[in-house]
Amino acid sequence: MSEVNAAVMDSVWQGGKSPYAIGSKKLGMWLFIISDALTFSVMLMAYTYLRLSTPDWPKPFIFSPSIIFSSVMTFCLLSSSLTMVMAVHSMHHGNRKATVRWILATMAGGLAFVILHASEWRHLIVDEHVTPFHNEWNVPLFGGTFFALTGLHMTHVIIGVIYLGIIAFAVGRGKFKYEDVEVSGLYWHFVDLVWMFIFPLVYLMSAKV
Amino acid sequence: MSDHAEAVEHVGGTTVTFLYVWVALLVMTGVEVLLAYEQVPTLIMLTSLLGLSIVKAALIIAYFMHLKFEKLSLFLTLFPMLVLCIILMLIFMPDSMRALSMRVVQ
Repeated sequence: MSEVNAAVMDSVWQGGKSPYAIGSKKLGMWLFIISDALTFSVMLMAYTYLRLSTPDWPKPFIFSPSIIFSSVMTFCLLSSSLTMVMAVHSMHHGNRKATVRWILATMAGGLAFVILHASEWRHLIVDEHVTPFHNEWNVPLFGGTFFALTGLHMTHVIIGVIYLGIIAFAVGRGKFKYEDVEVSGLYWHFVDLVWMFIFPLVYLMSAKV
Repeated sequence: MSDHAEAVEHVGGTTVTFLYVWVALLVMTGVEVLLAYEQVPTLIMLTSLLGLSIVKAALIIAYFMHLKFEKLSLFLTLFPMLVLCIILMLIFMPDSMRALSMRVVQ
C-alpha cells in the first residue's frame, strides 16, 4: 500500500515533484515576466495603432547623433545581459566574490543605459521642446507614446539596478542562494528583451539620415 | 541529490555559448541600425526589424533566460498563450488605417 502511495506522490501532477522541475521563486518570476510582457505588448500595439492612424508622424531621431546614441545604449544593455549570465554562472559554481563582481558590472551597464537615456530625454525636452502633451510638429501623440513607452522601460531598468544591488549586497554577505541570483537574472534579461522591441520600433522606424 | 539536480539544470550553458549568443545579438542589432541608415522602404524595414527582433528575443529567452534547458512543460505553459494574446491584439490594426482614410480632408 505504501509503495502505491509513494508512486502516486512521485507522479508529476500529484505534488510529489514540481511539475516544471523549478522552484516557486523562479516560476513566480516567469509568471510576472509573462504578464509584464503583455503590458509592454499592449503599449507597443497602442503606439503602432496611433502611429498608423496619424498622418505626418515625426521622425526626430537624426542618425547622427540620436540613433548612434541609442545604439550605444543597446550595446550597454546587451553587454549587461552577458555579465548577468556570468554572475549566474559564477553563483552556480559557488564563487560568491565573482558573482558580486559580475552583478556590479551588470549594474554599471544598467546605470550607463539610464544616464544615456536621461540625457537623450533632456535633449528632446529642452532642445526639441517635446513634452507628453505638446511638440512643435503638432503631433502630441508622439510625445505621449514615446515618454510612456521609454519611461516605463526606464523604470524597469532603475528597479532592476536596485534589485541587483540588493542581491549583490546579500550575496557578498553570504546570504541568498543560487536560485535568488538566477531569478534576478531572469528579470534583467527580460528588461533587455523588451528594449530589443522598443529600440527598432520607436527609434529605428523614426530615423532620419 | 540537489547537486545532481543543479548539474542537470545547467546542461548546455557554457561561457563560449553565451559569448556566441552575445555576438549574434550585437551583429543583428548592427544589421538593424544599417537598415535604418539605408532608409529602406517602410514595409520592408518594419518586416525585417520585427523579424530580427523576434529572433533576438528568442535567443535571449532560450539561452540567457535558460528556457531551452528547462522542461518543455514550462515553455508550453508560458509561451503559446502569450503569443496568442499578442496576435489577438493585432485585430485592432486594420481599424487604424480606416481611421486615417475616414479623416476629413481640409
